Amino acid sequence: MTSASGSVAATSRAGPLANLRALMRDRPLIPLIGLLILLIVALEVIRPGIVNELWLSNLVKFAIPLAILAAAQTLTMLTGGIDLSAGIVATMSAFVMATTVPHIDAAIAIPLSLVPAMLAGLASGIGVGIFRVHPLIMTLAVGLVVEGFLLAYQRFVLGTSAQVPEVLAWLGTGRSFGLPNSLLLFVPLALLIGFMLRRTGFGRLLYAVGDNERAARLSGVRVWQVHVALYVLAALLAGIAGLVYVGLIKATTLSLAVPLLLPSVAAAVIGGTSIFGGRGGYGGTIVGALILQVLATMLTVLQMPEGTRRMLFGLIVLGVTALYVRVTEER
Amino acid sequence: MTSVAEAAAPTSGEPRMAGLRRFVRRNAWVIGLWALLGALLVFTKLIQPDYGPAAFAILAVAALPYAFATAGQVMAIIPGGVDLSLAAMMALTSVTAAVLMEGQGEAFGIVAVALVLLLGLGLGTINGIAVVVSRVPDIVVTLAFFFIWEGAALLVLDSPGGSTAVWLRELVTGTLGGSFPLADLGQWIPKALILIAVAIGIVWLPLRRSRLGLSMYAVGSDRQAAFRSGVPVQRTKVASYALAGLFAAMGGLALTMITGNATPLQGPYLLASVAAAVLGGVSLAGGRGGLVGPIIAVLILRLARQDLTLMSVDPNVAQIVEGLIMVSVVLLGAVAALRSRRA
Repeated sequence: MTSASGSVAATSRAGPLANLRALMRDRPLIPLIGLLILLIVALEVIRPGIVNELWLSNLVKFAIPLAILAAAQTLTMLTGGIDLSAGIVATMSAFVMATTVPHIDAAIAIPLSLVPAMLAGLASGIGVGIFRVHPLIMTLAVGLVVEGFLLAYQRFVLGTSAQVPEVLAWLGTGRSFGLPNSLLLFVPLALLIGFMLRRTGFGRLLYAVGDNERAARLSGVRVWQVHVALYVLAALLAGIAGLVYVGLIKATTLSLAVPLLLPSVAAAVIGGTSIFGGRGGYGGTIVGALILQVLATMLTVLQMPEGTRRMLFGLIVLGVTALYVRVTEER
Repeated sequence: MTSVAEAAAPTSGEPRMAGLRRFVRRNAWVIGLWALLGALLVFTKLIQPDYGPAAFAILAVAALPYAFATAGQVMAIIPGGVDLSLAAMMALTSVTAAVLMEGQGEAFGIVAVALVLLLGLGLGTINGIAVVVSRVPDIVVTLAFFFIWEGAALLVLDSPGGSTAVWLRELVTGTLGGSFPLADLGQWIPKALILIAVAIGIVWLPLRRSRLGLSMYAVGSDRQAAFRSGVPVQRTKVASYALAGLFAAMGGLALTMITGNATPLQGPYLLASVAAAVLGGVSLAGGRGGLVGPIIAVLILRLARQDLTLMSVDPNVAQIVEGLIMVSVVLLGAVAALRSRRA
């Protein structure tokens, strides 16, 4: 009798849990969008009238650089890596661009500023792919060296006044037909990333390497080439994020995009990309970036200090990862 | 080099010689580090002929927080983990110490030191429990705590401030000087170096001989085998992270003692601690290495930085060079770990 009721209770408890498990594994976007809507409703309840067209467009405007930076994290996390140099690499692109614009045309300065970013990515890729250093340690180290170069470069260009070209300011802050202009860059970019992950060989290789690197290697994948290409691509995305962000902020400092690093990791983690590799996608990351942006607004409205924000984001990363370990674990 | 010693060992008849050879063979890496440090000191003396006790004392003070950070990192690495939250814990304990001592008397310093060390143990225990309970890899959990402790440090103190007891500052500055029986030698022994030796020795020497120490190595070299032989794997993990937290608190205290106040921002101690551990002969795969090697490695890395300053290299360029040195050390360590796994 007791054992029978116990087993009934166990199955009824396992039912919804199994459903949730299946939902989070197969369609992570549905619970995520639900959470996003829930947070926006909660924000409207806390501060009635805050949610309007202008607020939404600002939300999107600030979420876009974060989502581009989080794309770098998503791609590296698919192979079981991470890019801790993304924040400083984004800053480097923005800073190099802003200090070369007074001397050369913006049309040259903007692509030129992405070159040092890609070199940093190349260094990370070589360390991870060829020397087999853990990506976390390698990108941390590359970030430190990049910071050193940036400090030296800053002294070199001390006399130059930094400028943000019109085109980036237009892209970062402008609106056309009520929609932020940065969508013009972001929508094609996001589609391209989505296409790359789902439809191209390189995208499938990222999943294969992240899922089982040994199996990928034994099936003839040159894993080191995948890593090198991946980290260069991630750094390029970080550089683009930096350029969009400086267009939005319109002030260049040496710590411009550094505070975006933690949210970029958190956005990818919340979006359902496994930090252990092999599972996830870019759609979830975009929703993750929006969720974090709404959360940041909420914390500002509640007048939480910066320290609380960081602690909360850290707890989110830990909690969500632990949840995904339990939900998707096959037993 | 090692293979020659190994081949020669059986043929030597005299037991004392064999013992010496075994000692050399076992400690080849540490002996090599001593030689490297010695060579670097000679090089320093060559480029700066008046390099004396004062400059050496500055080196020891600079090495102080790095030494504690490295000791903490080694505690986490030996059982097969890694602690990315180390520099954040140092920042948190440093600001806590500075805020506690602000406007308090000299005697309160002892209470503050004890409280901060307890705080470090507590932070480390939380890290360890989170690693064990969440079943998420160490590197991800401690990355999350990197941000959590950093946020906590900002909550304690949002801009540089606080103060420290005067006797704590005097504990690290200068040399033993005349208070040492041989005054000439005493000049060459910085107080900070004594503090490193005493504080790390008090924890490490009993630990190395204890059941916990043995468990840490066992878990690091083969977690499964350790579990099957009855080693409490989870408790060992928690204890090792608690020790890492304790050393981080010592590092945080050192930061406050050196500067007289504290900043909530993390210093460059995380990467430096990993690099010094690797250079000191600790395998990133876990289960191998001690604390003597990493501490010498800290002195080597700091002396290299001091040499860059003595050669009047631009500080920003010096940071690049230092970063590149650390990157290459970590690269070499990764290659070594890869080789040992293949072998």
